[in-house]
Amino acid sequence: MKALDISGLRKVYKGNVEALKGIDLVVKEGDFFALLGPNGAGKSTTIGIVSSLVNQTDGEVKVCGFDLASQKEAAKACIGLVPQEFNFNQFETVEQIVLNQAGYYGVPRGLAKERAQKYLTQLDLWEKRGARARELSGGMKRRLMIARALMHEPRVLILDEPTAGVDIEIRRSMWTFLKEINQQGITIILTTHYLEEAEMLCRNIAIIDKGRIVENTTMKSLLAKLSLETFILDLGENSAVPELKGFEYRQVDSHTLEVDVEKTEGLNPVFNQLSQQGIQVMSMRNKSNRLEELFVRLVESGRNQQEQTSNAK
Amino acid sequence: MQNKNNWVALTTIWIKECTRFLRIWVQTLVPPAITMSLYFVIFGSLIGNRIGQMDGFSYMEFIVPGLIMMSIITNAYANVSSSFFSAKFQRNVEELLVAPVPTWIIIAGYVGGGVARAVLIGIIVTIVSLFFVDVQIHHFGIITITLLLTASLFATAGLINAVFAKTFDDISVVPTFVLTPLTYLGGVFYSLSLLPEFWQWVSKANPIVYMVNGFRYGFLGVSDVNIEVALALLVGFNVLLFGVAYYLLDTGKGIRS
Repeated sequence: MKALDISGLRKVYKGNVEALKGIDLVVKEGDFFALLGPNGAGKSTTIGIVSSLVNQTDGEVKVCGFDLASQKEAAKACIGLVPQEFNFNQFETVEQIVLNQAGYYGVPRGLAKERAQKYLTQLDLWEKRGARARELSGGMKRRLMIARALMHEPRVLILDEPTAGVDIEIRRSMWTFLKEINQQGITIILTTHYLEEAEMLCRNIAIIDKGRIVENTTMKSLLAKLSLETFILDLGENSAVPELKGFEYRQVDSHTLEVDVEKTEGLNPVFNQLSQQGIQVMSMRNKSNRLEELFVRLVESGRNQQEQTSNAK
Repeated sequence: MQNKNNWVALTTIWIKECTRFLRIWVQTLVPPAITMSLYFVIFGSLIGNRIGQMDGFSYMEFIVPGLIMMSIITNAYANVSSSFFSAKFQRNVEELLVAPVPTWIIIAGYVGGGVARAVLIGIIVTIVSLFFVDVQIHHFGIITITLLLTASLFATAGLINAVFAKTFDDISVVPTFVLTPLTYLGGVFYSLSLLPEFWQWVSKANPIVYMVNGFRYGFLGVSDVNIEVALALLVGFNVLLFGVAYYLLDTGKGIRS
């Protein structure tokens, strides 16, 4: 069963700005799916169309098998949206906001109250149920938007950068919560700028750039494409200038060495050579997020391909 | 199932709207009572006594229905225009757009909220008027129908204004430059029969004349216009504006990109 089935989706904004150039995307039911891309790539437009906040120009969108154009109400009922920007009435209380949202989906008041208690408790907001939205901290507001999106118990939960601007502790507790509800069967589609977040949570991933999908695969096979990693080695005091045969390396300063290591080679030869030269390694870390490098590479290669295609035309 | 869901959605929007104007009662319910008291004191008691009778009634009795109608019009309009624009401004209108709420339910919920405030204001102003004059009722049914149709008409107009509005200034332009002049020239304070024939004819192009006179007929049994025509026009304008509001919301004008 497909939770989301997008085909040939196009969006042209006023001024002839083509934000989506005919994308195809399938998300299976139960998946934890990441939609990544740089700013202005078309992520929010895609999510906006799927959640009926943006009018599409062309193409077809099906949510849980329901066509968004001809079976609008049924398709909408399947989706819970956690938008990027806070979009609740700042003067309403936490409880009013979630109860109203349930009402819009036809959830009777009694059942809505039960669910409000359940989700506000799970997201550590029950004590704040009487507080007005404007009185909440940024992290609380993010969690309120998740609780609100769950009030009608959707089959697909779409989160547009849900952890933007929240501290690491809250971010990790949100990850745990999202993993739990995904295990209960809710399909989750996530956009994020934190690639670590996508790597940690998602099983499948699509990368979008300039309105086109440039990669759509499993997280595992994406990470398998990484053949080279850069390690930063902190060297001991009075270390000699190192020399590493068979490796690309750079000495950043007298105590710091950067070494590029192929996945197949392993780190032992590096340590053996340094040890033979009497150089002590005090600590070691990855230079940057592996996924981040791959992401940049994929986006750049996608842009090169597009340029070549347009030049050929 | 869908009907039940729609009913829950409709009552949710309506209760939310009523809660909003009751929460800010100092801004929504008190000012009309004070303004109308001043109208009754100044135009009714002080100046009215020197004016004498109009259409066979004391001036105070004559202006009461028009003043109640004036409050109903401005409050029905203001309630929906400010509430819906505020929902656009704070982006919480998106809560409704993503939900499976049919467009007509959204309109009915917001307009229902505006009508509720207008009815409450109508009752408050009527109670205030009782301190100045004995209000008589000629036809309660006409009063009720005129009140509901007028309130829903201007609530829908307020919704349309809010759809187009981009700033808070935009929701005050129509009340200031269109509604207020039309209301003051709509026969609230005078009978059209006092005007020269040409201006009587011009006045009858003002839709508010029909609402004020329909309402006055319900209270006093006198009207400058045919009551059937007045009610038919009210129904016609309601249908027309509902159609416009439906088209705008369904196509996402001003609320979807």
